Amino acid sequence: MNVELKPRPAASVAAQQAVADCDIHPTPKSLEKEVFPFLEKRWQEHLRTYGALPRVGFATESQYPKAQPNAGRRDAFPPGGGPQGSDVAFMAKQHLDPNNVQFGVMIPLGPAQSAQNIDLGIALCSAMNEWQLAEWTSKDKRLRGSILIPYQDAEASVAEIERHAGNRSFAQIGMLSRTPNPLGHRSHWPIYAAAEAAGLPIGVHAFGHSGWPITGGGWPSYYIEDMMSHAQSCQAGIASMVLEGVFEKFPRLKLVLIEGGLAWLPSLAWRLDAIWSHARAELPHVPRPPSEYIRENIWLTSQPIEEPTDRQQIVDVIDWIGWDRVLYASDYPHWDFDDPAQVLPVRLSKEQRQNFFIDNARRVYGFGDE
Amino acid sequence: MTETAASPAPAPRRFAGAVDCDVQITVPKWEDLLPHMEPFWRDSVVQRGIGLLETVGYPRKAPFTVREDWRWAEPNSAADQLQKMRENLFGRYGISVAVCNCLYGVQVLQSEDMAAAYARALNDWIAAEWLDREPRLRGSIVVPTQNPEMAVAEIDRMAADRRFVQVLVPVMGEMPLGKRYYWPIYAAAARHGLPIGIHAGSAYRHPVTGLGWPSYWSQDYFSHAAAFQTQLTSLITEGVFSQYPDLKVVLAEGGFSWLPPYLWRLDKYWHGLRFEIPWVDRLPSQIVASNVRFTVQPVDAPPRPEQVEKLFEHLGSDDLLLFSTDYPHWQFDNDEVLPAGIPARHLDKMMVANPTATYSRLGGAKP
Repeated sequence: MNVELKPRPAASVAAQQAVADCDIHPTPKSLEKEVFPFLEKRWQEHLRTYGALPRVGFATESQYPKAQPNAGRRDAFPPGGGPQGSDVAFMAKQHLDPNNVQFGVMIPLGPAQSAQNIDLGIALCSAMNEWQLAEWTSKDKRLRGSILIPYQDAEASVAEIERHAGNRSFAQIGMLSRTPNPLGHRSHWPIYAAAEAAGLPIGVHAFGHSGWPITGGGWPSYYIEDMMSHAQSCQAGIASMVLEGVFEKFPRLKLVLIEGGLAWLPSLAWRLDAIWSHARAELPHVPRPPSEYIRENIWLTSQPIEEPTDRQQIVDVIDWIGWDRVLYASDYPHWDFDDPAQVLPVRLSKEQRQNFFIDNARRVYGFGDE
Repeated sequence: MTETAASPAPAPRRFAGAVDCDVQITVPKWEDLLPHMEPFWRDSVVQRGIGLLETVGYPRKAPFTVREDWRWAEPNSAADQLQKMRENLFGRYGISVAVCNCLYGVQVLQSEDMAAAYARALNDWIAAEWLDREPRLRGSIVVPTQNPEMAVAEIDRMAADRRFVQVLVPVMGEMPLGKRYYWPIYAAAARHGLPIGIHAGSAYRHPVTGLGWPSYWSQDYFSHAAAFQTQLTSLITEGVFSQYPDLKVVLAEGGFSWLPPYLWRLDKYWHGLRFEIPWVDRLPSQIVASNVRFTVQPVDAPPRPEQVEKLFEHLGSDDLLLFSTDYPHWQFDNDEVLPAGIPARHLDKMMVANPTATYSRLGGAKP
């Protein structure tokens, strides 16, 4: 599974498709060094003493140990030290430059959104946002951040959104897919109102700790199951958003699902339509077929893209989703990185290619309008 | 491979002779099981005032649970329900054999002993009230998944009755179904040549989604499809089919249109992560092709026939689907049991050939 990456000849780079990479993971070299400067002394001491107490058993390790250290590519450790994705210059050299990335949407992971102590969560989200500005977006203009919000506290989340709303260094509002309340739950609605008002998409990235078993049938055993089940968590999130009536209430809200793959969306829409048509009496707050909201309000990033044996079948599926709704993402620097040169080895029209790799991202995030 | 059934016969007769692999029967009244309970449990139920173990998953008055024009009067008996079934299912569609599933809340109970007692009573009730009365019906052995040892005892007890053709478990329980904890159940099923029928339904041990409890029944029902996906991942990655290569698993009432993209993803991850599960020595898609079958309702189909045709192209194999109506659930309107666009070879095989190849106890098939 460790593929040896051959450096591409520089000549081909110029001819390469320009891309917006809608899922890049920056990591602090260390929390203490880079994020603590944005935290009150109280929380610095708290983290040193108690840790973040996330809704999961291990203090720092994963209950589903990753396939690689930090789930990162082994070739992505910066030469100057630190974990993969912790050096802006090396990221540019290894990924942004050679892959012709014009815009990169960053999604920092970490304990901020899983902390049980909500005051700590609020402080950590806020600090991570400042850190993105100080260490990343100010250093490489191609990169845009995600406004991390402590979504268990809608009021604090709204305040954090409003603090950064006019700052074009942020592309979206960042949430994680495994929320303690379903994504469409009314406790989240003030967040969606603020997102709509700010014109910022809600980017929901796979992972997070809901505190519940990751499947409706309990905790599975393996990392491969954890990885597989992100698609099902994203399905649950979309069903919740649609059937709770979020898109009816906030028709201009844009939802971007990140790192859940994409090919499951049509089947999900067909099922929701079928159930909706037989359960209208329960859903007076959802006056239109679910597929219509999905078509109008939802975007999907591609990685980890599904790989049928007959690769042309993924084209059928994107035809059903809509070529204006899919966004290329690499997941750099993680091990399951999708290379833009190999992600869609199929015949595409120029327009399809352009939409998928960059134009849809321009439209949903407003890149290039600045 | 893309030809579709040309100018179909009037809808009902198109399915004459088909094997219906998923019809529901319900316990009409809590008292109905008493005659089949051991004295201690009969007393317990009466003394403690234990009523009907109907789950929240299928509220009996909800439009979905029983289609309006198939409804029977309340109160009723198994005989009343059977009469309706003869008219609306066997009579109207000409179904030759139907596998019935009883989704009583046995697995929701927290007491293992009580669950086992209810399972025994329920299986005896199914035999006496349904199978004895209607030779076209086949049963599914209800087991207390709370305790695999007790579940095995129940499989061994009921397997002698050849009219029971599979072991029935709900798709959401305490732990993922691939866990070794459950393997004695699979060993027993394999020993008796019984498929494991995993049916929509939950023991409600956990929220039905990994993100907590949803607000509406529609979401609860929706979430079963996602649960089928995670359970299939569990069964495959834990190595159930490496251990029991002849075991068949039937996913009932979970949909199937999610399968192609699901397998594209799982095959991809298998390539990247099989070091973690070395006992899975074949592609997940190959395991599904040989060991896993899907009842066709709910179809969760795309709206247009040409999309349906594409979906079946993505599905590939015509061995995977088993015809079902999901009677009396309201999964389709009028008599449009299946959408237009299903290629003829798929339609043809799902009616009889695939069911008899899956259920070794159905007539005509080699065990």
